Amino acid sequence: MKLRDKVLVVDDEPHIRRLILAALERAGYAAIEAGTGREALERLRAERPDVVLLDLGLPDRDGLELVPLVKREGDTTLIVVSARDATDEKVAALDLGADDYLTKPFDTDELLARVRVALRNRTTRGGAAAALAVGDVTIDLLSHTITKAGREVHLTPKEYAVLAQLAKFPGRVITHNQIMAQVWPNEHEHHVEYLRVLVRSLRQKLETDPQRPQIISNELGIGYRLRLVEGA
Amino acid sequence: MNEPDRPSPEALLRAAAQEGRGRLKVFLGAAPGVGKTWEMLTDGHQRREAGIDVVVGVVETHGRRETQALVEGHEVIPRREVDHVGHTLGEMDLDAILERAPQLVLVDELAHTNAPGSRHPKRYQDVEELLAAGIDVYSTINIQHVESLNDLVASFTRVRVRETIPDSVLEQAEIEVVDIPPGELIERLKEGKVYVPHEATRALGHFFSKSNLTALRELALRRAAQAVDAQMLEHLRANALAGSFAVGERVLVAISEQPHAAGLVRAGKRLSDALKAPWSAVHIQTQRDRHFTDADRRQLADTLALASRLGASTASIPAASVVEGLRGFAQDARATQIVIGKSDRSWLFELRNGSVVDRLVRTLGDVAIHVLPSGTPAAEPKRPREATRIDWGRPAHYLWSLLTVAAMTVLGRLLLEALDLGNIALLFLIPVMFAAATFGVRAGLFAGLASSLAYNFFFLPPNGTLTVSNPENVISILVLLGVAVVTSQLAARVRAQADLAGASARQNAALASFSRQLTIAATREELVQAICAEVARLLDVRTVLLLPSSDGPVLSAAYPPEDRLEQIEQAAAQWAIDNEQPAGRGSATLTASDWLFHPLRTTRGVLGVLGLARDDAGDPVRSDQVPLLMSLLDQASIAFDRMALEEENLKAQAVGERDRLRSALLSSVGHDLRTPLTTILSAAQEMKLRPSVELAEVVETEARRLNRFVANLLDMARVEAGALPMKPEATDLFDAVASAVHDTRASLQGHEVEVDIAPGVPLVRLDPVLLHHCLINLLDNAGRYGDPRTPIVVRCRRVPDALLLSIVDQGPGIPPGQEARVFETFTRLEGSDRVRHGTGLGLAIVKGFAEAMGLSVSATNNEDPHGACFTLRIPQALILATIEDREMS
Repeated sequence: MKLRDKVLVVDDEPHIRRLILAALERAGYAAIEAGTGREALERLRAERPDVVLLDLGLPDRDGLELVPLVKREGDTTLIVVSARDATDEKVAALDLGADDYLTKPFDTDELLARVRVALRNRTTRGGAAAALAVGDVTIDLLSHTITKAGREVHLTPKEYAVLAQLAKFPGRVITHNQIMAQVWPNEHEHHVEYLRVLVRSLRQKLETDPQRPQIISNELGIGYRLRLVEGA
Repeated sequence: MNEPDRPSPEALLRAAAQEGRGRLKVFLGAAPGVGKTWEMLTDGHQRREAGIDVVVGVVETHGRRETQALVEGHEVIPRREVDHVGHTLGEMDLDAILERAPQLVLVDELAHTNAPGSRHPKRYQDVEELLAAGIDVYSTINIQHVESLNDLVASFTRVRVRETIPDSVLEQAEIEVVDIPPGELIERLKEGKVYVPHEATRALGHFFSKSNLTALRELALRRAAQAVDAQMLEHLRANALAGSFAVGERVLVAISEQPHAAGLVRAGKRLSDALKAPWSAVHIQTQRDRHFTDADRRQLADTLALASRLGASTASIPAASVVEGLRGFAQDARATQIVIGKSDRSWLFELRNGSVVDRLVRTLGDVAIHVLPSGTPAAEPKRPREATRIDWGRPAHYLWSLLTVAAMTVLGRLLLEALDLGNIALLFLIPVMFAAATFGVRAGLFAGLASSLAYNFFFLPPNGTLTVSNPENVISILVLLGVAVVTSQLAARVRAQADLAGASARQNAALASFSRQLTIAATREELVQAICAEVARLLDVRTVLLLPSSDGPVLSAAYPPEDRLEQIEQAAAQWAIDNEQPAGRGSATLTASDWLFHPLRTTRGVLGVLGLARDDAGDPVRSDQVPLLMSLLDQASIAFDRMALEEENLKAQAVGERDRLRSALLSSVGHDLRTPLTTILSAAQEMKLRPSVELAEVVETEARRLNRFVANLLDMARVEAGALPMKPEATDLFDAVASAVHDTRASLQGHEVEVDIAPGVPLVRLDPVLLHHCLINLLDNAGRYGDPRTPIVVRCRRVPDALLLSIVDQGPGIPPGQEARVFETFTRLEGSDRVRHGTGLGLAIVKGFAEAMGLSVSATNNEDPHGACFTLRIPQALILATIEDREMS
């Protein structure tokens, strides 16, 4: 029986590791660290952490190579950390199985929020998702019902498919490819413009002010995220 | 007198061209069977023992065992098999030798003609390429294969060989004469030790006579001595050791379209060798050239090409007459010797026109003139001369002549009372001169005859008959006919000169327009297009222009448009670039190509190659067009040179601009990095003593500022490197603006952002990351320069061919006249009294990113409320059509 969730921080910069470790400890997690890819895999096998924060820029091997290795090690949630403009790298990591990403430089608050989301998704994974409330919108994946301010909202099947994808992992980024593979499973070539149009009409139906979306947020060049309201 | 101690520049240039080249040694024999090949192989073995890397390129053993044995001691490069009309021919594998790159290669039979389809028609050209690649070559040749001696040998042996090599090949070679006494050679022949080709067996008895062999031997020895002489002279010139050598001699060979002109060229070559003088061959274009048949033209071009191969400078110049042209050219070129053929025109023609030779002698006092008979020494098949077509003119000409004669007759009858008969005869000069001057000699003669008849019939007593009673009147008739002849000749000459002047003016006009077209070309693309189009128009050919690149010549322009060239054309173009010589059809190299390629030689090397072809697959350039083509190529080369120079200047300017930016960057970076770093450092030191939330907030703010600044620096570096990774995808402007507003919320404190985008705005195809950076920099800029607590408006408007996305602030706006400058790197507008944090990079990044995506960005000032308005213009091409509903349900 575990008392505290365990987080492995993989980064080659000792100062950053120390600061992140301090923040995690203060938030009540058990934090462990690794400076290289090799060390990270060793600690992963020995300590079985719940969450891994993996910086993709490691001295001894390409961080992207580590993504499938980490996922194969077992039931660990993987958050990759990479530089601001490395969009391709992030999408690749997510499509390889990473659960979320963080952009360097990041706020400590942001980091803690991501870890929280990761752990929550971990507890609900596999089981039937409970009804989800985001602002005044509730999403019930069991009964396929969506309400806004208590009133039922009618979605087209494709709109629902998109929303359902996002709602399965609330707060986590889902790449365009991951969404489209679910919504248009029979198409070999995916067109982001279709997805954009669906998201736009979803926002018209769900957002209070579609100009400032609060429910579905856009991740530049990567995908969408259902914005989780803390404490909901 | 030349300064004796200064090396002649030409000699130095030639010496420089020799450097890095391989050396050629030729084993020269008087006749087959003297043992050249044996000598070459033996020499090769000696070199090999001396440690030189020797291979056999090609050696004909003709089945002789001792030769075979010598070959076996060497590494032999296998021959390349060539299929030719059912036979398999083994040719020397030039590429294999170049690949193998030995120090010395043995190549038998230098005068050999390669199988059709080979790279070069002649083996000596293969050898040239080997030498150019820095490989030494040993080769063999018999004296009768030397071009300038070809006629001479044929004249006493009665055997003409077709395979010849230019004298220039021998001139650069070290020559070793392989000599055995004629008696011994005849002995060897009888013993069957001499290989003789079957087709030559018949002539053998005569060829191998003792007298012939003696003469040939003498020729070989003399030629070798002459080569040593020439090389010594070259050495003397290059090293300025010469005390004196013949100066000022210059040989000029006048050539015509006649086949015997080739003989003149060879004679000119011998003369120039003997005098050690430079020489030229010139063809004078006169009226006659217009009646040339294609065969004539080809003959003329061949003769000019032969002269060029033998080392002459060649020219073809228009003039009113041969004498006039030759005189002008001889004076310009300061010729001291003229070689000219004896005309085979009839004695009648010469009587009438005076012989060219006589007139030349008269006009060129101090020039020695060598007149050679036109007969060819060895019976060369004489080309049947085509009957000169007589231009009889049109019937109308004769009718007009007759009418004027009739009119004069009527007039004469009317004036008969007032004039005497002699004056009436003068009247008839009018129709004769009119007809002769207007319609030419035949109509003039016709008018003269008609006038005589009319005069005789109507005026001379006895009237009404054609009898002449008074002998005086015979003279009147003769005068009338004579006037017809003289007038028509004069008129014809005037016309001819006018035609020539016209032709010359047309050529000059063509050149002038060509050079004008090239001057207005501003870019290399325009230049190559202009060259192709103009040359095609002026010469009536198809043209292509290829530019050299590391992957071979690249087709850059064509007229009419052409997509690609065949393999062989590519090879010819490449060869032309590598060797700075013409290649392809009508040249000496890769003649199987349909195109003729001329390199554009400049001081920077070959910058391009121009290809010419004719639709009917004939020779691309007619011989009479060659001078014009040469002028055009010169102009094109100059234009290319000019273009290259301009590009270099631009590059230098760009480098200067970059340097300016770099120093501005360094000073800006110094300031903008140090300020937040200083704050962070001092705050951190302070916090060690006294933990404080306030100080921590200062650190946080400054760190964020630093982060933005570093991000901008990186972005700017990417813009300047010109290598922005572009991944355009369907983008929703709503999303883009919302993300940008979200990410700038910290720096936009105090400003409300109003988003005014219509719900139905179409998707656009843009790189989302680059667009994001554009928007955050524009929002950041608006937040920085807008007055506090004023709103920032983001609005999107559809115009007919674009979407306009504007970010509008309320503030002082942009100083008038500075609207374009705001996008320059490190521009922070002067005249602002408030301290505004910024790097001066933001708007430059916006511009760089926007342009990379295909957008344009502009800055304007708004009135009421006053402020700056920055607009991104998204062109129609990047706007996506509305998506069908079918995909959405």
